[in-house]
Amino acid sequence: MHDTPDIADRHDAVCVIGAGGSGLAAIKNLREHGFAVDCYERETSVGGAWNWRHDRSPMYAGTHLISSRPLTEFPDFPMPDDWPDYPHHSQMLSYLERYAKHFDLGAQIWFGTEVVAVTPVGDGRWDVTTRSTGGGSSRIQRYAAVIVANGHNWAPKPLVVDGYDGFRGQVIHSSAYQDPQQLRGRKVLVVGGGNTGCDIAVEAAQQASTVWHSTRRGYWYAPKYVFGRPVDQVNDLLLKWRLPLRLRQWLIQRTVRLTVGDLTRYGLPEPDHRPYESHPIVNSQLVYYLGHGRITPVADVARFDGGTVELRDGSRIDPDLVITATGYLPRFEFLEPELLDIDDDGRPDLHLHAFARRHPTLAVVGLVQADAGLFPLAHWQSVAVARWLRLRATDPVRAAAVQQKESVRPVRSWARQHTVPSTRHWFEVSHTSYLRALQSLLAELEPA
Amino acid sequence: MKSDLLRFDDWTSPVPPVRREVLQAMPAADEDLPPLLFVPGLGHGAWAFAEHWLAQAASRGFPAHALSPRAHGDFRAYAHDLVQVAASLPRQVVLVGHGAGALIVARALARYPARAAVLVAPVLDGWTTLGAALRANFFGTLPAVFGAPLRFSRRQLFSADLPVAEADAYRERLRPAGAKAQRQLVTHGSVARPVGNPPVLVVGSPDDRVVPRASLDRTAARYGGAPLLFPGMGHDLMLDAGWVEPIDAILDWLTKELATARAA
Repeated sequence: MHDTPDIADRHDAVCVIGAGGSGLAAIKNLREHGFAVDCYERETSVGGAWNWRHDRSPMYAGTHLISSRPLTEFPDFPMPDDWPDYPHHSQMLSYLERYAKHFDLGAQIWFGTEVVAVTPVGDGRWDVTTRSTGGGSSRIQRYAAVIVANGHNWAPKPLVVDGYDGFRGQVIHSSAYQDPQQLRGRKVLVVGGGNTGCDIAVEAAQQASTVWHSTRRGYWYAPKYVFGRPVDQVNDLLLKWRLPLRLRQWLIQRTVRLTVGDLTRYGLPEPDHRPYESHPIVNSQLVYYLGHGRITPVADVARFDGGTVELRDGSRIDPDLVITATGYLPRFEFLEPELLDIDDDGRPDLHLHAFARRHPTLAVVGLVQADAGLFPLAHWQSVAVARWLRLRATDPVRAAAVQQKESVRPVRSWARQHTVPSTRHWFEVSHTSYLRALQSLLAELEPA
Repeated sequence: MKSDLLRFDDWTSPVPPVRREVLQAMPAADEDLPPLLFVPGLGHGAWAFAEHWLAQAASRGFPAHALSPRAHGDFRAYAHDLVQVAASLPRQVVLVGHGAGALIVARALARYPARAAVLVAPVLDGWTTLGAALRANFFGTLPAVFGAPLRFSRRQLFSADLPVAEADAYRERLRPAGAKAQRQLVTHGSVARPVGNPPVLVVGSPDDRVVPRASLDRTAARYGGAPLLFPGMGHDLMLDAGWVEPIDAILDWLTKELATARAA
């Protein structure tokens, strides 16, 4: 491949795409391992999804954590211990801003700069084309490795139903929901039984005149607290004791039965899967408002018809605002799909959901969904990537041996095998199994 | 050494928050130097650094803070408090631990990537230190073996250069530590490796009657160096008569380390 003279060669530097929580962890850990880092961020500040000022941020005024503080913070930079169990999104932003300042990451970040293309040059190196978000000419720079940390909660998954275009009411995706003001006095249909759908249904119950909550299947609704402790901390006690999955499923079923009770009594469908087979729904208030008649559970949406919505069971409702909490799809517009082995459904196939299988110098950080917060996983992912790149540079023979060994690591050891069929559960992991897999990888990557 | 990715203790029973006592001395102008965070050993509080060292560090441009270990706690809680204070400061911190405070620092280093660390008269070899303490102050140490508060003699902590009245005034200010922390000081296992590979300096005195010379060498070797020695001083280097020499040497070392890192 010939060299084009206008490409600035950054030699051993690594390119990080995105300065949200995952990107910041990547910059910090790469620098700790001695790499020069250039990070490109399309927005003008850090925080990614947690920064409500960003136009791609899914935050709404009342967003709080779903996982509790100790299971959400970076393992090497704890949140203040006098913060609540479930901090508000504004606290998360200030946490990420303090992290960036504390480790002096700002100087490595090019704000207002979008990555438009990342192409392999052949020898494991990459040409990264960037452009100022405000427009202007593009620029190409060559890097030794690329770490993608562009987040996976910004490209809304569209709701596909008949009659969508002709619907007379207002339809917004949950990412466009920002403030309870939008709900006040209206007849609201919330579509989707994920954590966002449940949270918005609860907010609507406090503001709207009528609330319907449409879910495709029955879920296990875990309360945020059981036995006076945050539920994920109690769950981790079961994981600490290494109870077998079946026993944990039974215990969770018993606990939910005893504390939350029989959900079919409120008109919700029976769960069609066992606990731990889908992303956990943690919501204490949904059942409360169901019990107060403020939320009416309804079946899946069949089609929109003028001013009404027809449901799968044939009944009709007439909302004037539909909020689709259908989740998000990961998107990597700047990469050719085969670089990440992206299939027809848009799912990348990555080793440990992080390492590109055919490109040793390309990795994605933060593309996992766990029964705990994301930052601890993103932290250790980026440590593993940094150590991998370091070993590859210093000891190629041993790096090849590690690669060989990793290629036979069974997928079931780190990925959830039994999840409900849905476009948003494929990257679900158990944080303990996943971290154990990363721990053994880190041990292999240890400098000799 | 294994790195611990699975932290069930922190995930299932987080250390309860407390109000922490932090004393500080700030430089006249911000010279963009990393903050120093001092932590004392058993019995002492942040005051031990506020006597001389904080002001000395601040006079040389370093923001200086000192944390008192919580009243009722063990080393897990002490290290938690240290990391909490470190993370609350605006820049990556240099941790300085004295005596058993060095063990707090060593444990915190496994959790927090410090800019650098200094272990002053470090009590990291629990059994060796216990042996030395029994030899130097048998009747003050023996009850502690059975859970009573540890008592230090004047000659364990200070050299003869410090006036007796001053030495006794300092000893008056010592507060007994909990039995659990005292026990852990001896029985704790090996300390996990620091994260982020910070430079570590070991400082001590060959005439320290709490930490024997061999123990200083061992601790320094564990962090890949040799100890910086200040003959003639007692265990409490920050309070003893010659306090200015060790802190100046620490700051010189730090200045050099920072310059090396900047050049790299």
